[in-house]
Amino acid sequence: MISLNVNGRTMKVDAAPDTPILWVLRDALGMTGTKFGCGIALCGACTVHLDGAAIRSCVTPVSAAEGKKITTIEAMSANKVGKAIQAAWIKHDVPQCGYCQSGQIMSATALLAGNARPSDADIDAAMSGNICRCGTYNQIRAAIHDAAAHLKA
Amino acid sequence: MNAAFRPSRRNFLKTTALAGGGLTIGFVLPAASRLAQAASEFKPNAYLRIAPDNRITVVCGLSEMGQGVLTAIPMLVAEELDADWTRVRVEQAGVDQAFNNPIFGMQATGGSTSVRGHWEPMRKAGAAAREMLVAAAAATWKADPADCRTEKGMVIHKSGKKLSYGKLAAKAAGQPVPEKPTLKDPKSFNILGRGLRRLDTPAKVNGSAKFGLDVRLPGMLTAVMARPPVPGGKAVSVDDTKAKAIQGVRQVIQLPQGVAVLADGYWQAKQGRDALEIKWDDGPNGGLSSAGVTKMLTDATTQEGKVGRNEGDVGAASAAKALEAVYEAPYLAHACMEPMNCTAWVKPDSVEIWAGTQSQGPSQGILSQVASVEPAKVKVNTMYLGGGFGRRFAPDFAIDATLLSKMSGKPVKLVYTREDDMRAYFYRPASVTRFRCGLDAGGKPVSFSARVASPSIMAASGFMKIPPNGVDSFAVEGVEDLPYDIPNLRVEYARQEPGVQVWFWRSVGHSQNIYFSESFVDEMAHAAGKDPYEFRRDLLGKQPRYKGALELAAQKAGWGKPLPKGVHRGIAVAQSFGSYVAEVAEVSVGDDGQVKVHRMVAAVDCGRTVNPTIIKRQIESAIVFGLSAALYGRITFKDGKVEQGNFDSYPVLRMSEMPQVEVHIVQSTEPPGGIGEPGLPAAAPAVTNAIFAATGKRIRRLPIDSTELKKA
Repeated sequence: MISLNVNGRTMKVDAAPDTPILWVLRDALGMTGTKFGCGIALCGACTVHLDGAAIRSCVTPVSAAEGKKITTIEAMSANKVGKAIQAAWIKHDVPQCGYCQSGQIMSATALLAGNARPSDADIDAAMSGNICRCGTYNQIRAAIHDAAAHLKA
Repeated sequence: MNAAFRPSRRNFLKTTALAGGGLTIGFVLPAASRLAQAASEFKPNAYLRIAPDNRITVVCGLSEMGQGVLTAIPMLVAEELDADWTRVRVEQAGVDQAFNNPIFGMQATGGSTSVRGHWEPMRKAGAAAREMLVAAAAATWKADPADCRTEKGMVIHKSGKKLSYGKLAAKAAGQPVPEKPTLKDPKSFNILGRGLRRLDTPAKVNGSAKFGLDVRLPGMLTAVMARPPVPGGKAVSVDDTKAKAIQGVRQVIQLPQGVAVLADGYWQAKQGRDALEIKWDDGPNGGLSSAGVTKMLTDATTQEGKVGRNEGDVGAASAAKALEAVYEAPYLAHACMEPMNCTAWVKPDSVEIWAGTQSQGPSQGILSQVASVEPAKVKVNTMYLGGGFGRRFAPDFAIDATLLSKMSGKPVKLVYTREDDMRAYFYRPASVTRFRCGLDAGGKPVSFSARVASPSIMAASGFMKIPPNGVDSFAVEGVEDLPYDIPNLRVEYARQEPGVQVWFWRSVGHSQNIYFSESFVDEMAHAAGKDPYEFRRDLLGKQPRYKGALELAAQKAGWGKPLPKGVHRGIAVAQSFGSYVAEVAEVSVGDDGQVKVHRMVAAVDCGRTVNPTIIKRQIESAIVFGLSAALYGRITFKDGKVEQGNFDSYPVLRMSEMPQVEVHIVQSTEPPGGIGEPGLPAAAPAVTNAIFAATGKRIRRLPIDSTELKKA
């Protein structure tokens, strides 16, 4: 049994230590907001926060999360920055198919948490690991700037 | 997928009339009585429910794959209903003939048909309900219905009396259903034509939207399959000892199309799959190579093909200048963000599946055969699709999940890894086209001929046939319908089958053919010594909608005006799925040959608009899809094996490469055109024509090879 802190709650999970966090969340805990896209950290759909940092949960073994805090899309509305990002996503009508957007929001929230006023270059650097096949990148960029302005106001 | 389905509108009239049963209004409002109805709700047809609390539910049988259909369809109903938009919600329908796509004659989503097919039926559904609500109010007040109007979910009498739709719901249900409800004059639309926010957005920003992959059933096993590394191959021997030793692995099942490991969860199933030791017989395709495919297709363009279009006499036309060029495009994968998957539960006399599918109707028929049950016993639950792009029209994932559930006796979720997904075939066909053109002394084209060599999607689809003239319209669309005024014109199709399963891919044949034809037209303009925009414009005198889109794009892009040093423009125009789109690309090419797309300006004439925000986003989305293909997209074969597997070997556009995109809408009163696909075809040729303007190098093969553009 592995003890995990997910979205502020402590849980016990029966999983092999090398199981990626993604599959512990989705299959063992039934938290399906975090998505599977590529399995090798190339697309960002599985992004979650580990102690506040954006990580790819598809390649991070659950053993690496022991004693740390995992935060997922399901907890974003309880997070000040996450809530502002979600509101901006709605205002800019960002999602199309929506499948990558959990990961996009987790990457964007980690960016804003560490950089209150990111430049376009900062956004490129933080967000280029998150693929969107619907091509919503310009809306994502606009929503991040908007959320940053909103949080500062 | 429009051409082959054209006659089936009649089929829709017929089938839905048959399916009608009790409460039926012509072909528009079938089958309400067969579906469950809460006693207090007003349910005038299969598409609409009005609850006593004024909540309005629109039931949609189409698949939401990002194109906004779960917002557009409710808007059509709400407009004619005069609903309060803030009270409108949408619900996904099951599989039922009531939800057949009028253009296809079956329940399916694709071919950019959703708004085109439902523009009238959905508005009639709303209008009929509105008339019944007015009749109910008039009866309550003992008033003349002509003295009543409707606004935002209320019937209002001229005296000022008001009743909400919710209060009228029960009484309205008893009113006769109008045979020919009156539709509004579009001038009085107040929902259609507005950029209303999508109804599915809130669920897509908090992780609650349920995609196929998110389905969980009690006792469910997850399956990951090993498939033959070469198309058409077979497993000769399977050693599953190591796979079965992995904790959580429950069963190993061999199917003709591969070997599946069923486990408690994905991770165990994948580890089990990877531990299988399988000897494969590669079969007839073991020697398949991309070089061989290119040669096969190119050789075919030197032979006579089947004639798709023939005007004048291309052989007899005398020209001062002759051009010839050969263009090539590769196989492409869809690479939807959500890998293919399906959850199936086969019981003794029924099947239920949960999937992001574009083809509920065909799936019902196919799975009834797979599981040997009546079609009516196959229930299809449509989940959100994590991208579709045509890929989710295919039945492979649903068939395999159903077989695995049948054989294991358990609910089974079959999941493709990213590599499984990319190597599972169903590719956009590779294609080679040879063009010839003659110009007169003044640079005016006198003849144009094209010979397209590619595999046939119609033949591969399993539900269509190549027409008697031997020309698969998907193979030639975008070349065959060349819009330019040229007196002698001939288009031929030379079918070639390298042995790879091909399929519909966003914008289908237009995706490569518009790149071919709009590049070659650019070559013609250059040979004629004319500006590529003016050259096209001069030849589009009889094509006002092409011309209108072209002129608007050129104007908005500032065609002819100076650009920053090193940045060059290219232009292209296309019609597909009933919509006309012109695009201007601004591109620079570095000394290292790297192509940077700075800005894309598009103009679209898609007829009347339902939701302009969604229209603009779909055009932008299709441009990004087209740019990914132009810059990077290719599926290649070596010794029969697919060489790509994940986003490292099959790159797609990322945030840092994203150009500015502007989309302008041509004001139009024409019937609506499609919008999910038409933005794609012009993107690649606009970029490659800009590369020609920048470097003098004509790109005749995709994806763009930056090593060929390197400064010497």
